[in-house]
Amino acid sequence: MRLEAREQTPAWLPWIAIISSSLATLIFAAVLIIVAGASPIEGFYELFRGAFGSKNSIAETGATATPLIFTGLAAAVAFRARFWNIGAEGQLYIGALATTFFGTGLIQFAPFIMIPFLFLMGFIFGALALLPLVLLRQYLKVDEVVTTLLMNFVIILLVSYLLEGPWKDPYSLGWPQAAPIVDSGVLPQIIPRTRLHLGFAIAVSIAIVIWYVQTKTLFGFSTRAVGFNPSAAKHSGISVTKTMIGVAILSGGIAGLAGVSETAGLKGYLTLDLSPGFGYTGIAVAMLGNLHPIGVIFSAMFIAVIYVGADAMSRAIEVPTYLADVIVASTILTVLVSLVLIKYRIIFKGKF
Amino acid sequence: MILELLELLFNAGFWAATIRIACPLLMATLGELICERAGVLNLGIEGIMTIGALVGWTTVYLGGDLSTGILVAALVGASFGLLHALFSVYLGASQHVTGIGITLFASSIGYYSFRILLPSSTTPPKIVAFQTIEIPVLSDIPFLGIALFQHTTFTYFAFLMVPIVFWLMNKTPLGLAIKVAGENPMALEAQGLDVLFIRTIALMIGSALMALGGAYLTMSAFDAFYFGMVNGRGWIAIALVIFASWQPFRALLGAILFAAFDAFQVRAQQLAGAFIAYQFFLMLPYILSIVAMIFAAKSTHYPRALLIPFRRGERH
Amino acid sequence: MKALLNVENISKSFGKLNANKNITFNVATGEILAILGENGAGKTTLMNIIFGHYLADKGTIKFNNNELKPGDPKAAISAGIGMVHQHFTLAENLTVLENTLVGTQSLYHPNLTKRKSIDKLNYLAREFGLELDPKQLVRNLSVGEKQRIEILKTLFSDCKLLILDEPTASLTPQEVTTLFTSIRKMVTNGVSVIIISHKLNEILEISDRIVVLRSGAVVGEVKTKNADKTQLGEMIVGHKINRPNRGKNVIGETKIKLCSISVKSDNGTSILDKVTLEARGGEIIGIAGVAGNGQKVLAETMSGHVTPAFGTIYINGKNLTGKYPEDFMRSGVAYIPEDRNLDGTIGDMSIWENVILSETKNTKIFQKNGILNRINSHNLAHAVCQNNDVRYQSIQQPARLLSGGNIQKLLIGRWLIRKPNVIIACQPSRGLDEGAISTVHKTLLSERKKSTAIILISEDLDELLLLSDKILVLYNGKLSETIENRNVNINQLGLKMAGEGF
Repeated sequence: MRLEAREQTPAWLPWIAIISSSLATLIFAAVLIIVAGASPIEGFYELFRGAFGSKNSIAETGATATPLIFTGLAAAVAFRARFWNIGAEGQLYIGALATTFFGTGLIQFAPFIMIPFLFLMGFIFGALALLPLVLLRQYLKVDEVVTTLLMNFVIILLVSYLLEGPWKDPYSLGWPQAAPIVDSGVLPQIIPRTRLHLGFAIAVSIAIVIWYVQTKTLFGFSTRAVGFNPSAAKHSGISVTKTMIGVAILSGGIAGLAGVSETAGLKGYLTLDLSPGFGYTGIAVAMLGNLHPIGVIFSAMFIAVIYVGADAMSRAIEVPTYLADVIVASTILTVLVSLVLIKYRIIFKGKF
Repeated sequence: MILELLELLFNAGFWAATIRIACPLLMATLGELICERAGVLNLGIEGIMTIGALVGWTTVYLGGDLSTGILVAALVGASFGLLHALFSVYLGASQHVTGIGITLFASSIGYYSFRILLPSSTTPPKIVAFQTIEIPVLSDIPFLGIALFQHTTFTYFAFLMVPIVFWLMNKTPLGLAIKVAGENPMALEAQGLDVLFIRTIALMIGSALMALGGAYLTMSAFDAFYFGMVNGRGWIAIALVIFASWQPFRALLGAILFAAFDAFQVRAQQLAGAFIAYQFFLMLPYILSIVAMIFAAKSTHYPRALLIPFRRGERH
Repeated sequence: MKALLNVENISKSFGKLNANKNITFNVATGEILAILGENGAGKTTLMNIIFGHYLADKGTIKFNNNELKPGDPKAAISAGIGMVHQHFTLAENLTVLENTLVGTQSLYHPNLTKRKSIDKLNYLAREFGLELDPKQLVRNLSVGEKQRIEILKTLFSDCKLLILDEPTASLTPQEVTTLFTSIRKMVTNGVSVIIISHKLNEILEISDRIVVLRSGAVVGEVKTKNADKTQLGEMIVGHKINRPNRGKNVIGETKIKLCSISVKSDNGTSILDKVTLEARGGEIIGIAGVAGNGQKVLAETMSGHVTPAFGTIYINGKNLTGKYPEDFMRSGVAYIPEDRNLDGTIGDMSIWENVILSETKNTKIFQKNGILNRINSHNLAHAVCQNNDVRYQSIQQPARLLSGGNIQKLLIGRWLIRKPNVIIACQPSRGLDEGAISTVHKTLLSERKKSTAIILISEDLDELLLLSDKILVLYNGKLSETIENRNVNINQLGLKMAGEGF
C-alpha cells in the first residue's frame, strides 16, 4: 500500500469527506448501541427527539453548542498555524475565574458595558494563560502539547482551591461554588425561559470575525504561511514568533470567552463542573469543521446535538451517556482519515 | 517541619512508597520512549493507560487470574498502538491529532464499557490485587529490605522492564532498526527494511507497556477502577522521556526522582496542610513536569525524525 | 561478457512528468557503466526503480537472469545490488558500525553480532581503502567519510552491483581520486558498478561504457574508449544552449560588508571563523567550496537570519549587526535560499500568495490597516510570472505543482519586485534543467548590470567561473583570500577546497 499525492483537490471534496466521516461515526455509534443491548433505530430516534423535540431541547442544543463554538474556534485558530493548543480546557476556566473576579461585585457597570467588559477580561486572561507557553515554545523549543495539557491540571486545581477556599460562596450551603455574577453581568436569554443565552450570538459573531481576519488580513495570511511552512515564511520576512504569539493570544483568548459565556450566561456562577471537557471536545469540533471558522459553527451544532441527544437517549433506552464522548472522539479519528484521503490517493499496489 | 521532611529521606516506608508511585510512570515512560525512538510521538498514552487500567482490572473481576489480566492489558494496549500506527504511520496523519484522538477514544470507550459492565454501581467493586511478596533474605536487610524488597510481583516486573528495554534498544537488531527509524527512515528503507512496519512494531510494544503502566494502578497500587484515575500520569511520562534523553536507565532515574517528589508532596501535605491548601501540593507534579521539560528542551538527543511521517515512493 | 543486470522497457511518471520513458540497457559483470545526463534527465529515478524505492509503471528488471521483485529494496539487496544515494541515508546519532548493521540480521534475532561484524568491517575497509573507525558517531564524520560508510554498507551485504548516485557531487577533486581508486579495487574483486553523474570528465576517466539519458529516455550508448567529448556533450544537452556572456560591469559603491564575522553552533563549535567579505555594486562575488563548510550559515548571516557571535555587518554602509531579517530586507537584501521548497516557497499556498509572501510590508498589497488587496495581489502575481518566464496554468494553482525551474524563477522574480541592492544566491541553479539555468544566469547578470551586488554561493565550479568577477573559497568556516576570476587556476582552487592553505 502506498499513498500518492493528488495533483488537484476540488474545493468540495473536504466537505464531502467530512460529511462521510460523520456518517461513519454514526454507524460506529450504532454498533455501540447494539453492544449495549439496545436498538440503534430507537436510539437515534431518541437522540434526535432529545435534541430537537421541543423548543426547550432546541434551546438546550444551542446552549451546549455555545461553549463548543468558542473552544472549537480556539483549537481551529491554533491548529491552522500548527500550534497545538490542547489547553482550551484550562483557558476556559481562567476566563471563568476572570468573570468571577470582576463580575461578582468588584466592579459594577450598566449591562451594555458590563457584559463586554467581562468578555474582554475573559479574553485577556485566557490569552495570558497561554502566552508563557507559546513563548516557551518559540524561544526554548518546549513542546506546547504537553505544557498546555499539564497546565489544564494546574488550572483546575487552582479553581478547586479558590472554590473551596477564599472564593467560596458563604450562601452555597457548603457546595464548592463561587458567588453569583451580578445582575448587570448576566447574559440575557435569547429564547425566554430557556437556557439559550446571548453567548450563542456572541460565539457566532466571533466565528464570523475570525473568518474575516483569516481570509482578508495580513495576520490571517501570515498565520496560514507560518502554519504551512514556517521556514519559508521566515525567509520571506514574516516573523514567525510574532505570528505565533498572535495566534496564541487569539486562541487562548477565545477559549477564555467560553468560560465567560458559561459562567455569566449558563450557570450564573463558577463551579468545578463548569466544563465537562469542552476544551477537549473543541478539538473534535475544530477537526470536524475543517479548521474553518464557519465550519466550526456547524460542527459545534452537530456535536451539541450528539451531547444533548445522547443524554436523552441514555435516559430513554439505558445506554451509558459516555456514548457521546465515544462519538466525539471517533469523529476526530474519522476526520483525520478523510483529511489524509483528500490530499492523497491510496494505491494498493506493491507490498503492503 | 523542614527537619521532619528531611527525616523522610531516611524513612524506608517513604522509599517503599516512592517505588510504588514510580511503577506506572516508569512503564509508561519506557513505552513512550520506544515509540519516540521510532519517530512517533504517542500522545495516546493517557488513554491507553486508562484502557489498560480498565481491562486489566476487568479481566480479574470477571474471574481471570492476575497474570491473564496483565496479558490482556498488554494486548489491548498493543492493539491501540496498532490503531495509532494505522493513522500516524500508514496514513501519515498528524501525530499530535492522532494521539489526542486516541486518548479521547480509548478513555471514552473504556468508560462506556465500564458502565455497560456495571450499569449502576456507586462504590467501585474491588478485586484481589497483587500481594506484597517479601523476597527471602533480602527483605530482612535493614532499611533497604523495606524500601526495595517488600513489594508486589507487578512492581518487580515493572523494574525488570528497564534492563529489558535497554537490551531491546541497544543489543538487538530490532532495537537498532527502531532507532534508525527515528533518526533517518531513509536509512532503513535503503537497507531493505520496511519503515512503516518497524514504526508499527515500536508503537505496539510501547503502547503495551503504557497499558501495563495503567494496569498497575488497578491491579497493584489499588484494587478498583475509578474514573479519571490515570490523572495526567501519561502526560507526565512524556515530560519524563524528554528528561531521560530517551535512555531507559535515565527514565528509571527520572521516574524515581519524580515519584520521590510525589511521595514527599503527600507527606508535606499532611504536615503543612494546615497552612497551605492541598491543591497546591497536588499541582506540584505537573509544574515539576513543565519545569523538567524546560530544562531538557535544549537536549540534542531527540530522535531526528520525530513527528515526521514517512511515505514510501515519494520523491525526496 | 555475460550481462549481470538487464533493464527492460522501464517507464515511470510522476503526475504529468514522464521521468523515465522505455529505458533499456544492461550491465556486464566487472564493468563500470556510467549513466550520464543533466539534472532532471531521470537518472536518479531510474536507479531508485532498479533498487526498489520506486515502482515502475512498466517494464522489468532482471538480475543474473532472474526477474527482481519490483518495489522492494530488500529483494534488490539480497540479490546483490547495493546503492549509495546522493543524499546519504545515515542515522547521524548512531555509530558507523550500527549504521552498517541495520537490516543485515533477522529482526527477531535476540542479539546483534557486533564483534564479528567489526572484524568484517575492518577487513573490508582495509581491502578497499575505505578506512573508518567503526565506533565513531556518524555525525562527527566528514562528507567523504560518510560516503565511505555508505559504500562499506553495500560491501558488507556482499553486493555484486554497486550503484553510485552522483558520488562526486560534494567531494573535493582529491577525494574524488581516492574514491575512484576504491572503485577500481572493487571491480578487480568482481563487483560491477553503475555510476551516475553529470560530470563528463569524471565519467570519461572512470567508466568502461556510457549510457546517455535525456528527458527520461536513452539517447545514446558508447564505449568510453571510443567516446568523443563534444559529441557526448551534444547528446546530453540535445541542442546547443548559448551560455550568457558576462560583459562589462561598472563597479559601484560597497553594498555589503562583513567584518570578521564569527558564528558558533549551539554546542560551541565554530561554524564561521573571522569571515571578512565585501561586495560592491555591479560585482558578482563567487563563494566556492564543498557543501557543509558553512555556506548556509554564511548566507543566513548576510540576510539577518543568523546573528553572529562576533563581527559586524554593514549593508549600504549601515551597521545591521544583530538586526532582524526584516531590517535586512528593508535595506535591500534579497536572499535566494539553497532549498527552494523548504525555505523559499509554500507548496500548499497558491502562486499568487507565494508572490506576495515577501510583500507583507507593501501597502499596495496589505493596506495600512492590514487588509489584503486581492486585485493588486493578483496583478502583481501576473506581472512577476510574465516578467520572469514562470510557466503556470492559473495563479490560483498551488505552488507545489510548479516544476523546480519555475519555482526558482518565481522566487527570484519575487525578490526583484523589491529592487534589491544585494542578492545572496545560494546554489541558484542546483537541480534545474538547462533552460531554467540559463534564465537564472541571465537574470543574475542583468542585475549585475543594474549595479546590484551579488554574492553567489555555489558548489558548481563551472557556474562560478562563468558568472563571478571574484572568487573566494569557503573551507571549514574560513574564507580564502580573494582571487580575480581571470587569474583562477582550477587545480589551485581544488586544493583550496580540500583545505590547503587554511
